[in-house]
Amino acid sequence: MAELILKVEQLSLAFGGVKALTDVSFSVKKGAVFSIIGPNGAGKTSMLNCISGRYQPNQGQVIFQDKDVTHLQPNDRADLGMGRTFQNLALFGHLSVLDNIMVGRHHLLKNNWLTGPLYWLSNAQTEELEHRRRVEEIIDFLEISHIRKAIAGTLSYGLRKRVELARAMALNPKMILLDEPMAGMNLEEKEDMARYILDLNEEFDITVVMIEHDMGVVMDISHEVMVLDFGKKLICGLPEEVMADPHVKRAYLGIDDDDITLQEVS
Amino acid sequence: MSSLTMRPCGDFRTSYKQDNTIFETSTIRWVAVLTVLLLCTAPLFLDGYYLTLCIQVSYLGIAALGLNILVGYTGQISLGHGAFFGFGAFASAWLNTSFNIPVFLSIPLAGFLTMAVGMMFGLPAARIKGLYLAIATLASQFIIEDFFGRAEWFSGGPSGASAEPLSLFGFVFDTDQSFYFVALFALVTMYVWGCNLMRSRDGRAFVAIRDHYLSAEIMGIKLNKYRLLSFGVSSFYAGIGGALYAHYLGYVSAEGFTIFMSIQFLAMIIIGGLGSIKGTLMGVIFMVLLPEVLESTVSVLKDTDWGNVPMIVDGLAYIKEMAIGLVIIGFLIFEPEGLAHRWAQIKNYWKFYPFSY
Repeated sequence: MAELILKVEQLSLAFGGVKALTDVSFSVKKGAVFSIIGPNGAGKTSMLNCISGRYQPNQGQVIFQDKDVTHLQPNDRADLGMGRTFQNLALFGHLSVLDNIMVGRHHLLKNNWLTGPLYWLSNAQTEELEHRRRVEEIIDFLEISHIRKAIAGTLSYGLRKRVELARAMALNPKMILLDEPMAGMNLEEKEDMARYILDLNEEFDITVVMIEHDMGVVMDISHEVMVLDFGKKLICGLPEEVMADPHVKRAYLGIDDDDITLQEVS
Repeated sequence: MSSLTMRPCGDFRTSYKQDNTIFETSTIRWVAVLTVLLLCTAPLFLDGYYLTLCIQVSYLGIAALGLNILVGYTGQISLGHGAFFGFGAFASAWLNTSFNIPVFLSIPLAGFLTMAVGMMFGLPAARIKGLYLAIATLASQFIIEDFFGRAEWFSGGPSGASAEPLSLFGFVFDTDQSFYFVALFALVTMYVWGCNLMRSRDGRAFVAIRDHYLSAEIMGIKLNKYRLLSFGVSSFYAGIGGALYAHYLGYVSAEGFTIFMSIQFLAMIIIGGLGSIKGTLMGVIFMVLLPEVLESTVSVLKDTDWGNVPMIVDGLAYIKEMAIGLVIIGFLIFEPEGLAHRWAQIKNYWKFYPFSY
């Protein structure tokens, strides 16, 4: 458990005068479910974008599996085993669910534009079928087999989120970054999603780094929680410790009037 | 490829291989094979005029498929496709006459040469998109046209270049009847190639870039590489189409490869259906037949008492051009997804007949 998969060191990111992230350091243990929480605009998604390569941080380092990936392109990080989903759906709308997930296998497939079209003559067909098998396992795991031929853009919100997760899993990632996997879902879908996250963490041995607003889910399934506020790290620790911290309560959860009166009484 | 979720009763698929076919059902596959076989017998009962039209569909169809891969599948735009088509024509003639490369080799080589040129002009495509890309490719159209005019060693300048007919094992394909088979073979090969490209790794990457380039990058697709490659593949097709054109006519001159030709290619894929392989072919057939149908209509009208209006009979050339414009506008308004979509809807209607859903 002690082995680290991701280390973020003194990361700073600024857009002009706006400091999105200031000096944030943290590390994620291999096999953990790590949650990042914080109020709106705290820099959670910016943090994820820095890790996945969408943004280049102004300062600091991102170390993934003992390799400095700070200046790598996003597509190179995918090769190293980093998958992610987006907060606003980012599926390939006109492709079928199956093809969406097959795109996730892109960096594992070998055929190019010349050998691929020689479908039967090169090994493109065998390769395609081989990876299809693995994709079907993921489809079974996430229980989306009934929609595998549907066009992704026509699906409901909850299903699209699930397809996105499937696509990220198809990368064979060591670590998966989830940006609000449960936003906009009803209770039942949330329960399902939480179960999938736990299962992919335990069965497929994928480290999970996620941003989530539903505190119930965060406290239930994470091993570790980090709180960001105005681009700064407030605290990082076990869910219970974080919950109990007064700064966190003030910054994010809000303090009940009752709590204040209780404190004053005591 | 198989996007259709509805399959006929009793069509069970028990392996992934059966599920990955080009054609949706085995019936469609047999119909396609039969059509090709039937087309092989066409020279027996069609005369030269119709064979010319078929050959025209073939070389334009190949080039249009290239443009559809670029515009319909990768979501880029190109206004210089006609120039690439012309470059392929000149390149093949040039390779053949200057280096004595046999024609059956110079055609694919011209494809690769055009691909290299296309990628050179596609370089800005990795950086810009939308309207700006349209202007950049427009520039490529004019630069290449100018090149044709100036590089006499390549294109023969104003007098044009002559191209030897294709010959294979001593047999010379210099008649409509014989070249028809070459055209048919090339068409089928390039379309099968296109179908296979779109159901394998790089084809999916193209569509992924079109639909959502940010997440495509996160999925491990190198954006610049694939945008450039898409330009390359598209010019490759244009080059092959152009080379066939050259060796069919036996003579290439720069006048034909103007911006008007590029627009015509765009019209073909818009009418046929962006992002559809069979739609491309439909669009090309439509655009090739449109002027011919107009012409025969007018020649029928000419013989009637009421139809012999000078405005129609003498203005045929203008009517042809106006018709192309009208058809494009009509399709954009009434069927923006093209003939392929219309075809699918007609098919669905009959599948459910007499119920509407």
